[in-house]
Amino acid sequence: MIRIEKLTKQYDGATVVDDVSFEVERDSIAVIVGTSGSGKSTLLRMINRLVEPTSGRVLLDGTDTRSEPAHLLRRRIGYAIQGHGLFPHRTVAENVATVPRLLGWPDARIRARVTELLEIFQLDPATFADVLPHQLSGGQQQRVGVARALAAEPAVLLMDEPFGALDPIIRAKAQEDLLDIQRRFATTVLLVTHDMDEAFRLGHRIAVMSQGRLLQYDRPATLLTDPADSFVARMTGLSDRALKLLALTSAGEAALPGSSEGPQVAASASLREVLSELLWRREPSALVLGEDGAPRGHLTVAAILARAHP
Amino acid sequence: MPRREWIDRLGLLLTAAGAAALFGLPFVVFKSNRIVPGEPRALHEVLPLWCALGLQAVLLTDAAIAVGVADARRRLAASLAGIVVLALAVAAAANALTPPGDKVVRIAPGGAFWILLVCLGLMATDAITRMRPGPLARVLLLAVALAIVGAALAHGTFDNLSVMREYTVNSGRFPAELRRHVWLAAGSLVAALIVGLPLGILCHRAPRLQPPVLGALNVIQTIPAIALFGILMAPLGALAARLPAAAALGIRGIGPAPAVVALFLYSLLPIVADTVLGLRRVSQAAVEAARGMGMTDAQVLTRIELPLALPVILTGIRVVLVQNIGMVTIAALIGGGGLGTFVFQGIGQTAIDLVLLGAIPIVVLAFSASVLLDALIEALDRSASASAGAKS
Repeated sequence: MIRIEKLTKQYDGATVVDDVSFEVERDSIAVIVGTSGSGKSTLLRMINRLVEPTSGRVLLDGTDTRSEPAHLLRRRIGYAIQGHGLFPHRTVAENVATVPRLLGWPDARIRARVTELLEIFQLDPATFADVLPHQLSGGQQQRVGVARALAAEPAVLLMDEPFGALDPIIRAKAQEDLLDIQRRFATTVLLVTHDMDEAFRLGHRIAVMSQGRLLQYDRPATLLTDPADSFVARMTGLSDRALKLLALTSAGEAALPGSSEGPQVAASASLREVLSELLWRREPSALVLGEDGAPRGHLTVAAILARAHP
Repeated sequence: MPRREWIDRLGLLLTAAGAAALFGLPFVVFKSNRIVPGEPRALHEVLPLWCALGLQAVLLTDAAIAVGVADARRRLAASLAGIVVLALAVAAAANALTPPGDKVVRIAPGGAFWILLVCLGLMATDAITRMRPGPLARVLLLAVALAIVGAALAHGTFDNLSVMREYTVNSGRFPAELRRHVWLAAGSLVAALIVGLPLGILCHRAPRLQPPVLGALNVIQTIPAIALFGILMAPLGALAARLPAAAALGIRGIGPAPAVVALFLYSLLPIVADTVLGLRRVSQAAVEAARGMGMTDAQVLTRIELPLALPVILTGIRVVLVQNIGMVTIAALIGGGGLGTFVFQGIGQTAIDLVLLGAIPIVVLAFSASVLLDALIEALDRSASASAGAKS
């Protein structure tokens, strides 16, 4: 759990982060969204003390982050940044092994961990372990960057615009990978982005920042249905908020008892996807199937539309 | 085959220069003793007809290849063969002109020899550049070339040439002066590294220091070497007079001490400037990631910044070493020793051969240092060599 208490950062009298407090639950993803200059990166960097706060404090599982030297704190916290920041003179395996080496893990454990991570990130160790970063594609570099951040099994992962340099298709894949990884390792993730769609796709909670202040910290659906002010409403997007809301609910959650002769949809699909499918096929209802292929109920266009507003 | 539409322009230029030299300038210069002006001798005057014609045939073939053949390997083979034949011809000419047992006459290579040597040397280096050999191959090439020259010298092939006559006379002093030359050049480099690297790192960390530090070092660079020796004489002399310990260490107003100090001061600018430049070029994302993952400042410096800046820093070291090997020469003027001793003695005695005895090894030293460090830079720049390998 990350608890941020009254965190403030001033540079030469200018307040970059202004009295921000919120809490990130264990095993969840919180996303900080804001325009450039909103202070979101500075806020993130105060958590691993790359920036020292002017006032306020950060607690990790109840312990003040200032209770140990900054470099030891950072070895316990995963950190992934935009443009990956891989070390160009070190191989992929050496890059991933960075923090375990700093922590003095035995060689065998490091090797096993590097192999495990490369496999998880779909980078065949035999092909990629001894390759230098510049020989990888942008998407592969980014995956190595995240693998490196997770190498020492940190409970907390900080990500600063980690997918900012990727093209849309690779970015979508990277986002899905992150969701898988987060579930798999039960990591607490705090991610900074300027992209509200990314925030909605990834965040269990979203913090909206502007000019150093935290405007709202809520579940994505609440940001849509109950924005704190007009800035948050504009940030989340007024023109497609009904569809955004539908995208936040899965077919499995919304399924009603009963069956349907219409198309079959997966329980993990979002209501937005199911609605689109029904409109496209001109069908009134769909059959929802669980992961095991067993029917989980049905959805009608009317039932979906009923969920498209507060 | 190598019949092509195009004509190699460099080859054409080299051929023209070589031909003009061969027919317009003396092949060797005959002097009845070491300081009188020499009498020029043309190729056909000093060598048997078949030898002269043979050399001309080889040079003609080289010219044809230089102008009309694009294949770099053939160009290299032709130029190297030309150099070997040219060297053998000048050695043969010296042997033919020297009366048996005579130790007084001097046979010096003439203008034609030198210009042909330069032309063939340019053709060879051009061919090597086109072949893009890897770092190891370049070092091997240098080692083989030095070994061949060394073997020929040891065998006595050139003993009757004037420069080797001077060597025979000075053979007692030569190794010591050579060692001292290398020691002065390398010692001042090491001293400059010990001071310059930390200074460069400091300038990188505290950018405010950069303008004054680099400015001061720049000013030092503009002082002519002779003037700097002069400026240093007074304080070092005073130091030696006040501190017997300093004098015991060999610190005096003249001799090696002011030479080392001057070379050290000249070396600082390239070392500091390239350290700053190298560190500045290190990817900021990599440094940020390194800090963010929990490296201490020292670890970021030694594991990330310095390794990544090393190729640029080595470029500075290369500049300094080559510059020092050349500048140590003038140290002889203030009693610093080194190969410059022969150069200045030769100038004093108007004995050009003695000048060459000092100058040729200096050129070879500087060239070898440059090749070795270039190869090292390329080998260390793993990412650069890897990408070059991926392209080929």
